[in-house]
Amino acid sequence: MKMTNMINLSINGIAVSVEEGKTILEAAKKLHIHIPTLCYHKDLCVAGNCRVCVVEQAGVDRLVASCATPVNEGMEINTNSLKVRNCRKHIIELLLAEHNEECTKCYRNGHCELQTIAADLQITNQDFIDLVPDKQYSVDSYSPSIEKDDSKCIRCQRCVRTCAEIQSVGAIAVAHKGADMKISTFFNYSLNEVVCTNCGQCIVHCPTGALVEKSYVEQVWDAIADPEKHVVVQTAPAVRVGLGEELGFEPGTRVTSRMVSALRRLGFDSVLDTDFTADLTIMEEGTELLTRLKGALLDDNPEVSLPMATSCSPGWVKYIEHKYPQYLPNLSTCKSPQQMFGALAKTYYAKNIDVDPANIVSVSIMPCTAKKYEANRPEMKDSGYKDVDFVLTTRELAVMIKQAGIEFEQLNEENFDSIMGIGSGAGIIFGATGGVMEAALRTAYEIVTGREVPFENLEIKPVRGLAGVKEAVVPIVDVLPEWSFLEGVELKCAITNGLENAHQLMEAIDRGDRFYHFIEIMACPGGCLGGGGQPFPVDDEIRQKRMDAIYSEDLSLALRKSHENPEIVQIYKDFLEKPLSHKSHKLLHTSYVKRQPY
Amino acid sequence: MTTKTKQLNRIDLIFKHEDDCKEILKKSFDRSHEEVINEMVNSGLKGRGGAGFPTGLKWKLTSEEKEKTKYVICNADEGEPGTFKDREILTRVPHKVLAGMAMCAKIIGAKEGYIYLRGEYKFLVPQLREELKKFHQIMDELNLDFVVDIFLGSGAYICGEESALFESMEGKRGEPRNKPPYPTQCGYLNKPTVINNVETLAHSYTIMKYGAKKFRELGVKDSWGSKVFSVSGDTPIPGIYELELGMSVQDFVDDFGDGDTKAVQVGGASGFLVPRKRFPKSHIGYQGKLTGVSLPTGGSMMIFNSSRSMYNVLDNYLDFFQEESCGQCTPCRVGCQQLLKGIKAVKRGDKPAAYLDKLLKLTETMRLTAKCGLGQSVANSFSSIVENFREEMIY
Ligand SMILES: Cc1cc2nc3c(=O)[nH]c(=O)nc-3n(C[C@H](O)[C@H](O)[C@H](O)COP(=O)(O)O)c2cc1C
Ligand code: SF4
Ligand code: SF4
Ligand code: SF4
Ligand code: SF4
Ligand code: FES
Repeated sequence: MKMTNMINLSINGIAVSVEEGKTILEAAKKLHIHIPTLCYHKDLCVAGNCRVCVVEQAGVDRLVASCATPVNEGMEINTNSLKVRNCRKHIIELLLAEHNEECTKCYRNGHCELQTIAADLQITNQDFIDLVPDKQYSVDSYSPSIEKDDSKCIRCQRCVRTCAEIQSVGAIAVAHKGADMKISTFFNYSLNEVVCTNCGQCIVHCPTGALVEKSYVEQVWDAIADPEKHVVVQTAPAVRVGLGEELGFEPGTRVTSRMVSALRRLGFDSVLDTDFTADLTIMEEGTELLTRLKGALLDDNPEVSLPMATSCSPGWVKYIEHKYPQYLPNLSTCKSPQQMFGALAKTYYAKNIDVDPANIVSVSIMPCTAKKYEANRPEMKDSGYKDVDFVLTTRELAVMIKQAGIEFEQLNEENFDSIMGIGSGAGIIFGATGGVMEAALRTAYEIVTGREVPFENLEIKPVRGLAGVKEAVVPIVDVLPEWSFLEGVELKCAITNGLENAHQLMEAIDRGDRFYHFIEIMACPGGCLGGGGQPFPVDDEIRQKRMDAIYSEDLSLALRKSHENPEIVQIYKDFLEKPLSHKSHKLLHTSYVKRQPY
Repeated sequence: MTTKTKQLNRIDLIFKHEDDCKEILKKSFDRSHEEVINEMVNSGLKGRGGAGFPTGLKWKLTSEEKEKTKYVICNADEGEPGTFKDREILTRVPHKVLAGMAMCAKIIGAKEGYIYLRGEYKFLVPQLREELKKFHQIMDELNLDFVVDIFLGSGAYICGEESALFESMEGKRGEPRNKPPYPTQCGYLNKPTVINNVETLAHSYTIMKYGAKKFRELGVKDSWGSKVFSVSGDTPIPGIYELELGMSVQDFVDDFGDGDTKAVQVGGASGFLVPRKRFPKSHIGYQGKLTGVSLPTGGSMMIFNSSRSMYNVLDNYLDFFQEESCGQCTPCRVGCQQLLKGIKAVKRGDKPAAYLDKLLKLTETMRLTAKCGLGQSVANSFSSIVENFREEMIY
């Protein structure tokens, strides 16, 4: 193993030793010395453009950007000299001069990195000339998921780097130069007209209110207030491990039952669980996979497309529609759990509680902004109505809880309503990258062999974790007679999170370098738990904590396999008959469209 | 009316007709790398693109890098307003520039080179291609595996900054990179790269031919050799001149001025304005041991007579900067807008004269914190104009 060199330096007179290649910023962090930053984000490559992080280096006249400057032996750094303070203050004042500082009317009020630094530096005067009146700032609010307000943008390019590096989409880029430099789209089209996948990663990486989700909080309050309406709410698995962060809990705290009681107090008529339809997805998608395998392995049907790719991440779905339309036949036809839930809420559920589906308002709480877009896809009306009326992010739910004056920490722990309120541990882990794969394997393996998956505690470790691309090979042996064509088959699986990794995987498949039977792809880093609708801030450490929370919730349940969920058994008995039935096809499956690559 | 009291020495090295590139190259290829590098270092040649980095050292550092792939790039972006000497060099003596590139390639171990040509100089491409044909023939004959191609720039001034230039060549937006790492380690395609100005490369040929000693017969300590200047503004004899480094601005004005010179802008928009009272004590050259002020320049010398409003001059420069800044970093993008709006407000009376001091402090912040040379050097013209012509800014 190569030894890493340690570099000795001093910061504000305190000696510190860090590995070669680390930056001054990282060294300062080790000493618990805070240096303000704006364009820096742990997830992204270093830009060094905001210049807020400048520090003084002994013997160097100009200041250096601590985020972009590697440490050197013997370096003496001052992060708080008069020169540094004056410059830093100037830089924030300059940013504010270009900025529409209406904090009280801003979505990011209280969660804004610019605001925090301005507060820390006590910027109480503004000597510079206000540049905003002369700028032709515009707001793009045509996307069902995302609002982009250029007047709040500090041009740090975190969004641009996110969209390119993490997501490999490139929907937003820097346009023009000098005073006119701005973040723009292809021909400055609206975000809903370009290749944007609505994943919202740009939002969670934006330090200010320049990129925010399109909010539907008011519409939901209106529905709740309408006595004619029966308002049902579903909550996705990742919400319960993220929501706490907005409401005073440490990252990684499970707040499931508190969340349920908060939703009830908000006035929802029925508080249900997307995990139920996650389990249903496993039944449908698992069966679809087995059907495809049969077609390919037994019937030699050339029409069957493998690998089959998961379809529960609407950001991924839009990405493949834009970038790899030739692979649309590989995409599972299953709707996402949210949309399965929506279609059932206004059919199965409505009939069950005897309410006119026209009076049902179906709301979902999601860690995701792409789900807002998905709910608005024109085909998502199989119940005869708009299947999901409003999608709120985890952050928006926190807003409603605060608006309602609910003291979240004090809430009782309550359980979901029924029907469509029971979910298995397999449904819960949908919130983490690898979770759909693991849940599907728990069920499919058992269907085919009659035995549980051969992993201790049902924990399929190879598919877990934050790695960008994971692979697993599951040998299938001693199958039940009806599945004899699978005897001895090694089921090849791959799992990716973040669209850049999806891009790499698709390229490898396209080149023929790799063959798989089944691939799970989630648009966001870490899967839904790192979704674009989750609380700020986010980095790998926080994603890992949310992930640990998800797996511990799975482990805490008695029910860990989708096919054992009693409500799943019941819905097939009472309503759907069997997976891939005619009714399933009508309500739970969908089709896709080819889109432009830009 | 000219009151010519003295004429500066006209040097004829760069443009001198010489047709012996092959022999000179052969001679230099026969010497050891160390010898050639020492010759370059001893010549004291400093980059003629503006920043004045010692050329020999740049080549030496790059030659020491372990990477297999390296590049030599000739910076012919020449975007500074009032500068046109690189165009002239590439038109009249392109073979000397190419010879300089070949010498550099041989020493550092590069197999590919590029001329990054300013978009507006597209008309030069056919004749440069002709020249390249001959050059590649010579490379064949001398057994050096080195190929040069032309890369046509996109027209943004900032792309002349070396790291923005690499970005632009890589098909990305022309935005300067963080430094370190420097191009000698991590340049074009993240490989060790020597990037030199057109004129620097032509001088390297001269040094190889005549030797470092001869080169140092011209110029002064720390600023050896001659330099090609683009003289413009209020002068009866605008044009391109090769002059000795180290001259005082006074001597320059005596030679080129129209007898009524009020100030000279040395080094274009990003350079310094020298007012009449400072002519004698200001010298043209790199920072060093000269008494008085040394002013480096990429070659632009703009002469203003007493009919010129220095407010308008500054207004013009700031307008140029606020448009030509790449816009990525805060101090430069917003700073330039503030400076321009600020002097206008003072002129209109919307801001008190003391606001100029606030702006001077701002330029200091820009100098200290901007990411690249553009933003860092706005302070040069701003402070030298505002400090010397304060009344003109106010009334
Ligand atoms: C804004 C800006 C523009 C520049 N434009 C040019 C240019 O047009 N030509 C040039 O040779 N150097 C230009 N430079 C300097 C280059 O970055 C670099 O220092 C030079 O090409 C190195 O060559 P030299 O050492 O031979 O001077 C510019 C620098 C800045 C900051
Ligand atoms: S983006 Fe931040 S600083 Fe700007 S208005 Fe919103 S909260 Fe205030
Ligand atoms: S939502 Fe996702 S795809 Fe769209 S611009 Fe943001 S990061 Fe890019
Ligand atoms: S939109 Fe946000 S992330 Fe993007 S440049 Fe503006 S402030 Fe930065
Ligand atoms: S100083 Fe100006 S030109 Fe240079 S990187 Fe910053 S904004 Fe771009
Ligand atoms: S955080 Fe270092 S320059 Fe922006």
